[in-house]
Amino acid sequence: MNQIRTIEQEQLRTDRPEFGPGDTVRVHAKVVEGTNERIQVFEGVVIKRTGGGINENFTVRKVSQGVGVERTFPVHSPRIEKIEVVRYGQVRRARLYYLRERSGRAARIKELRR
Amino acid sequence: MAKGILGKKLGMTQIFNADGLLIPVTVIEAGPCTVVQKKTLENDKYLAVQLGFGERRERLFNKPEAGHFAKAQVKPRRYLREIRFQANDDFANLNVGDSVDVSIFSEGEKVDVTSTSKGKGFQGSIKRHNQSRGRMSHGSKYHRRVGSLGSVGPARVFKGRKLPGRMGGDRVTIQNLEVVKVDPDRNLLLVKGSVPGVKGSLVIIRDAVKA
Repeated sequence: MNQIRTIEQEQLRTDRPEFGPGDTVRVHAKVVEGTNERIQVFEGVVIKRTGGGINENFTVRKVSQGVGVERTFPVHSPRIEKIEVVRYGQVRRARLYYLRERSGRAARIKELRR
Repeated sequence: MAKGILGKKLGMTQIFNADGLLIPVTVIEAGPCTVVQKKTLENDKYLAVQLGFGERRERLFNKPEAGHFAKAQVKPRRYLREIRFQANDDFANLNVGDSVDVSIFSEGEKVDVTSTSKGKGFQGSIKRHNQSRGRMSHGSKYHRRVGSLGSVGPARVFKGRKLPGRMGGDRVTIQNLEVVKVDPDRNLLLVKGSVPGVKGSLVIIRDAVKA
């Protein structure tokens, strides 16, 4: 068990900011187009975080041209250049699936004052 | 090119590969193994090295076992398994007392992994032989039973008919698994995908026959 944990530990990124469900983030993800690689920014609300250790993922939701888009990323993926937290949101649950049924003003999230 | 090593399955995890994709891996603590005996064409009519692996308290070895290790002048090891090779392989240069470690494998290589699968106990023919189930409703009384036992003519059931019984605990070889990472400092071998057996069981890693 211990040696498996060490293997996982070596791959974890320490430069990830603290963020959770309800927060708005900008994810700088590397995408491969043909032969060259570039960085694509995906901005939206974090609707969940799942798993732990190397298997920790988070899902970001945004509404693009009237269509809801959700993307799930591994938190420690080397394909993610960086994660910026734009806004901290105040929410009362860990999984914000209710946002899928809402749009416009109803899908707003209160900003967390700290 | 035949080569092999003995190891202990530690469990599974995931690892990011060069492309940044998460891939499932099994972590195996392999070696270092000692060569306890060498089978030769003159004496045994075939070529193989007998590798020893694992720790065990000294007083648990009985006299014949202790004598076998004393003859080779090596530390007693818990498991002994033979790896066969051809006359022109690297393994032919090994002598009794030499040690074999994970560095015989390199990243990207294909290997076959042999181990004893997990015991499942007494199981029905659906789980054990992948047979199909009858319908559960519409008046059917035929749910998870065995299919036909064969024709009525012979007035008996032929041997080898697929029936319920003990499942698992067999020697299973998974072929062509990719070596993802080799760590000679910690004696670790990371192999892509799953490997038979419970955590802590003995596994034999050989280079792939069909590579």
